[in-house]
Amino acid sequence: MKINFSYLSLYISVLFFATILVSCDGPQTVVDPNAKGSITIEFDNVVGARDLALNTGTYQNASGESFTVSKLNYFISNIKLLRVDGSSYTVPQDSSYFLVREADAASQEVKLNNVPTGEYSGIQFVVGVDSLRSAMEKSKRKGVLDENTGPTNEEAMYWDWNPGYIFLKLEGTSPAAMAPTGKFYYHIGGFGGLTAKTLNNLRTAKVDFGGKRAIVTDKLTPEVHLMADILKVFDGSTKVSIAKNGMVMFTDYSKFIADNYVNMFNLDHIHAD
Amino acid sequence: MRKTSFFWVSLLTLAQVSVSCKTEPDSPVPEVITPTPLTWTKPSYFPAPVYDLSKNPLTKEGVELGRFLFYDGILSRTDKIGCGTCHQQTAAFTHHGHDISHGVDDLLGTRNTPSVQNMAWNTSFFFDGGVHDLDGVPQVPIQNPVEMGERVGNVVEKLKKTPVLGAAKQVDYPKMFKAAFGTNEINADRMMQALSQFMLTMVSANSRYDYFKLGDASALTVQEKEGMTLFKQNCASCHSGELFTDNNFRNNGLIPNKINDQGRYAITLNESDRLKFKVPSLRNVGLTAPYMHDGRYYTLQEVLDHYANDQNSNSADVIYASPTLDPILQLSGQKQGIKLTPAEKQSIIAFLRTLNDEQFISDKRFSDPGVGTSL
Repeated sequence: MKINFSYLSLYISVLFFATILVSCDGPQTVVDPNAKGSITIEFDNVVGARDLALNTGTYQNASGESFTVSKLNYFISNIKLLRVDGSSYTVPQDSSYFLVREADAASQEVKLNNVPTGEYSGIQFVVGVDSLRSAMEKSKRKGVLDENTGPTNEEAMYWDWNPGYIFLKLEGTSPAAMAPTGKFYYHIGGFGGLTAKTLNNLRTAKVDFGGKRAIVTDKLTPEVHLMADILKVFDGSTKVSIAKNGMVMFTDYSKFIADNYVNMFNLDHIHAD
Repeated sequence: MRKTSFFWVSLLTLAQVSVSCKTEPDSPVPEVITPTPLTWTKPSYFPAPVYDLSKNPLTKEGVELGRFLFYDGILSRTDKIGCGTCHQQTAAFTHHGHDISHGVDDLLGTRNTPSVQNMAWNTSFFFDGGVHDLDGVPQVPIQNPVEMGERVGNVVEKLKKTPVLGAAKQVDYPKMFKAAFGTNEINADRMMQALSQFMLTMVSANSRYDYFKLGDASALTVQEKEGMTLFKQNCASCHSGELFTDNNFRNNGLIPNKINDQGRYAITLNESDRLKFKVPSLRNVGLTAPYMHDGRYYTLQEVLDHYANDQNSNSADVIYASPTLDPILQLSGQKQGIKLTPAEKQSIIAFLRTLNDEQFISDKRFSDPGVGTSL
């Protein structure tokens, strides 16, 4: 924090001098209401106090069951940056879909460009792919939303037999698992149904930065370091046991897991630049 | 957009003129490939198609590409299982003699192979109706671990690498995609469109029933005509219209199978959909044994015995009462099922066989172009 602060002061000083220099130079103004900058949101997957290590790390959930994780992927969409005065900036929807994969470090850094400069005090996003987009024709679902190409196809993050995205996929092994393979599977999706109303596991996460601020300027690109605690998938309003519910896909029970994981995100720290 | 292209065309023209003035050799003119449009004809007494043909206009080359893709095992993880492996033409594109089918590494599926025919009129696909768009159908068997066990993204990569040097079957997919779509780009959307184009051409409307329908009274025998009357009275409320289905999902009283397949419920999680399966078309039904979502009945006799709730055949089955059982099978004051005498059943079966379309199952346009594998 101290380091951040001193960096911040350094930058502010630099900016201040820059302003003077610019001012001397002519009529340009530094405070531009239309100024845009960038911000990076990092999704750091952890298990309690420990970093998540695929396959090698052994952890224990709230039901006292030990487990390893072989796969963790989830969709983040419809990002909104919140200001302290209650207003917010909504990232244009077409550029607001991300697939975070534990096995791919680059996917964990979500960079948002063309963000209005200013101070942000929180963030809000959908875990999953909203129903409107889910129901759109394929030409409107490209990039990470392309179910037939790229990571979403490779990672099978789409149910082709019951069309819709898998919002969160967590797989691993556990001595408690009942499956003959010793594996557990959580494939949580369901956007509400295309032709008839059905399961809706869309959840909106909100992370308040506490007293901290992410300050976006035309020079400063802050990085908001969020942590996603996998233990929360198993522990929240429902304690999920691998022995009792080790395989949850498109079933009613999945809503309890969605209710749990929506609360797994919290702020660790903010880099000013 | 148009203005921009006009600008570029003008610019290009000027560029060419200036090049010509220098009397240098002509730069190679990019080859313009225009696929040949194919007219899709709806049988006059069929309803309007459900598939929007304007979004994927049929072409001779597109359909041909679709036919190759339909039969080529390259769609599977092992390169051995094509669509045509389980959808065999002689059995009206079902898996003859198989209650359930075996895919890659001989892994077994859970449901009976449905017929690929008259796809343009389907409002939904598969026994649970999970998919609503024909373009979204092929990825389901391709990516099912026990069917073709492959990823669509990987199929696209494999197609790009054809023709494979030294392979027995020299199929040049980049060339075929170019012929069908103008450029040799291979992507999943084009692959699905080509498969749809081929499947849309697979129209079955040349059975003896159809000849009768078109005015040839002698196309059906007396017994078959009797069967048709009985069919209309007893079966056509669900197997309605010229496609012989109401496209609905119904519980026809089958005892839940060993895996307790809940059918439509798996898609909607709605209690009222438990044990409901899609009402299949009955066209070519005489060729598509075995029957029901799990292929439990091998003969039409068994099927009719089930609906009549009779235990006079080898089948020990009876109509299974559950909250979602179709009301048609539980009329008050009588035994569950549809009342049919043995003679009536025979007439209905005779009528059903008039829906067999010999032309459809021998039409070379739908046949394996020599890339298929039948197991």
